[in-house]
Amino acid sequence: MSGTDRELVAHLMRRAGFGVTQVEIDSLAEREYEDIVEDLLNPERFPAPEEDIARRYWIALNNPDGPNYPAYWIYRMVNTERPVEEKMTLFWHHLFPTSAGKSSDPPSSNVQIETFRRNALSDFETILLDLARDPAMIYFLDNCENHNGEPNENWGRELLELFSMGVGNYTEDDIKNASRAFTGWTFTQPIPLDPYARYPSEFLYLEDDHDDTEKTFLGETGNFNGEDIIAIIVKQPAAAKFLSRHLYNFFVADEPQVPAWDNVPPQDPEAIEILVKAYFDSNGEITAMLRALFNSDFFKASSFKKVKSPTELVVGTVKIAGGMKFPEPGHTGMAAATAAMGQGLQLPPTVEGWHTGKEWIDGGTLTERVNFAVNQLSDTSADSTKWIIDHLVAAGGSASPTQLVDACVTATGCSNVTDETRSALVEAATSEGELSFDTEADTEVSATRIAATLQSIVSSIEYQFA
Amino acid sequence: MVTTNGKAPTLVVVQLAGGNDFMNTVIPYQNGLYYDYRPTVKVAEETVLPINDELAFNPNVAPLKELYDAGDMAIIQGVGYENSSRSHFRGMDIWHTCEPDVVATEGWVGKAIRELDPNSDNSLTAINFGRGLPRSMVAENATATSIGDLDTYGLMTGVQAEQQRAQALDVFQRIYTPALGTGPVQEYLARTGVDVLRGAEILKNGIAPYTSNVEYADNPIAKSLRDVARVHIADLGTRIFYAHHGGYDTHANEVPTHPKLLTDLSGAISDFFKDIRNHNASENVVMLVFTEFGRRVQDNHSGTDHGAGGGSFVIGDRVNGGLHAAYPSLEQSDLEFGDLRHTYDFRGLYATLLEQWMGVESTDIVGGKYEQLPLVSPAA
Repeated sequence: MSGTDRELVAHLMRRAGFGVTQVEIDSLAEREYEDIVEDLLNPERFPAPEEDIARRYWIALNNPDGPNYPAYWIYRMVNTERPVEEKMTLFWHHLFPTSAGKSSDPPSSNVQIETFRRNALSDFETILLDLARDPAMIYFLDNCENHNGEPNENWGRELLELFSMGVGNYTEDDIKNASRAFTGWTFTQPIPLDPYARYPSEFLYLEDDHDDTEKTFLGETGNFNGEDIIAIIVKQPAAAKFLSRHLYNFFVADEPQVPAWDNVPPQDPEAIEILVKAYFDSNGEITAMLRALFNSDFFKASSFKKVKSPTELVVGTVKIAGGMKFPEPGHTGMAAATAAMGQGLQLPPTVEGWHTGKEWIDGGTLTERVNFAVNQLSDTSADSTKWIIDHLVAAGGSASPTQLVDACVTATGCSNVTDETRSALVEAATSEGELSFDTEADTEVSATRIAATLQSIVSSIEYQFA
Repeated sequence: MVTTNGKAPTLVVVQLAGGNDFMNTVIPYQNGLYYDYRPTVKVAEETVLPINDELAFNPNVAPLKELYDAGDMAIIQGVGYENSSRSHFRGMDIWHTCEPDVVATEGWVGKAIRELDPNSDNSLTAINFGRGLPRSMVAENATATSIGDLDTYGLMTGVQAEQQRAQALDVFQRIYTPALGTGPVQEYLARTGVDVLRGAEILKNGIAPYTSNVEYADNPIAKSLRDVARVHIADLGTRIFYAHHGGYDTHANEVPTHPKLLTDLSGAISDFFKDIRNHNASENVVMLVFTEFGRRVQDNHSGTDHGAGGGSFVIGDRVNGGLHAAYPSLEQSDLEFGDLRHTYDFRGLYATLLEQWMGVESTDIVGGKYEQLPLVSPAA
């Protein structure tokens, strides 16, 4: 066997990244599937996204007061050659949702996302440790109020319930003792706003404020500090299962919302077992877990089994249209678009994070999704339209309505269109007959029709799925 | 509760985003401390519109003073809550969810919608004007519609050519025709898509006959309240409207910007009531104007920073006008970290409107029992 099926490439890139263009598939499909996966899992093989132009453009990133970061992040998602890095950054933001709305200083929220990116493919213990030392998280869950003799259990509870194991795998005493172990974990005060911007806080360990007495946690006893708690957590089968189920929900197929996991078993227990094994075989390395995931049969068979998150919809559509190649003033609109669709980056609704799957959709968010995608493809100079014209011209210089629809389905990656949808599209196209590219005027008319067909596809039910 | 025009009571919520400077809206103009605290952003004593010998309206809210003088406007002074958050997002979240201690998912309006329309019979029971639903309107099984621009509300609104848009909608309708057996999520999507199409159609037809001799100003809040009026007058069963007015975060340049905001706001509110009165549709309307916090008592030589206790307005034909609750003390020793200390809990304000006006039990919605105020009178 040589090369990889184009559909499978497209599926992998939608999940591991944010979608793929036909031009990108041309070269990827010549390679073996496992090799593509290895490239994805070794981002250092590719240059990091160009920072200079972006940082010159978003000057506020250097003088950070917050609001530009989501637009900058989306810009990275669109342009990166290391898609897994940005996708896993988003995953950690999903798993450890921290709101810039409750933040001691906006730059710390941005630093948190950069930490998630640095740890995109790290191991669970490192990730949890950096999270426990992250000023944005410490403030968000009040660990700065967690003092020796006066524990505040907000962080301790969520660490166990929402970030590592889930309800049913620990006792209230474990929460109390974990919280005591994290006393004294706080942050430096940020340098204030005036006169020259703000600088992020840094982690600060106050030994005097740490409760150094004996604690029992998950059956082990000692004078535990926070590091010990995390070391005990990552040994637990519950932690491996919890992380595996999150990866499955994020990369494979929609699971019920997290609070239901206590009593609703995973839809594919064998898949979870495979991921749990990869976790223990590798000491919780994310690369190893994702390698097992992307190379598995359950992953390859999961095309279009997930509802696209708003970020996936926005970035994927922008990539198809060929937008956002350079920073522009309108890019804050991309961040506003994901927010209007229910996923404001750095503004998760609660510490439980976003509800996924079907819950992304209501009348308002569906309207936003449809109108956003339609507007992105309104321009006949969109990359997808140009690619289709080249493709159809190369195939003979004219095209039937069926060929038009097929080309548009391919260009949008929406190969899950139903027969009903396809006939609706073909019928609409048939009313205007064959497409011709003989003259410049013909090509212009055809380009408008291609754009209209693309718009109908990206407004479809099928396009809502990744 | 049913009003005399036989129509169900309706609530219009106007959210002032960014933290309106209550102290410069309803001004303690006879208090020397006010002028001491605010060397830069004080409103000149000779320009204010006195309410009594202690308080005066900002000169830019003359249209509100007319409503006040007619007895149709209640000023709820010192509204807030314990340990007020100075963060916009968090502060707004707390006002939206009534949960000061934990970050909650369901909003007070959303929970009220669920009571008013438990089976989601009318997708227009609650309408937000703006992009994306505010947290206040979100609750499980509560249907709310969000309208960015009423004139172009609906799908494919970015498609300019009329014929092309009609064709795109036609294809959309075919694609979203519910088909059994495609899968539960696909079927849900189909239903949702069809609902959006239908809601847009009902709205478009409903507002078509609207004419008015009130000329609203050309600014965002006037446009939003005109849209509220058009839909309300169309009588489509909407019980709660939600509108936003942004820009109140006057850290700097408060002196030029705040008057403009107040002028726009008060003109829009006044025009709105004129309009619905002309259409004999005002009797079942009460408006709540709120903001997430007041501003710092002491100015920063350019504007004011985030504060605590603020003020709200409740306006309408059935409203018991006048001053309610107490104006917070300006004495240094009474301030809370340099901010006005609240004298009245905002959850009591919600409870008042829910129970006395909308006829909805409030304890579960606002998370407890809070002192209510005599703000609205039942129909005569």
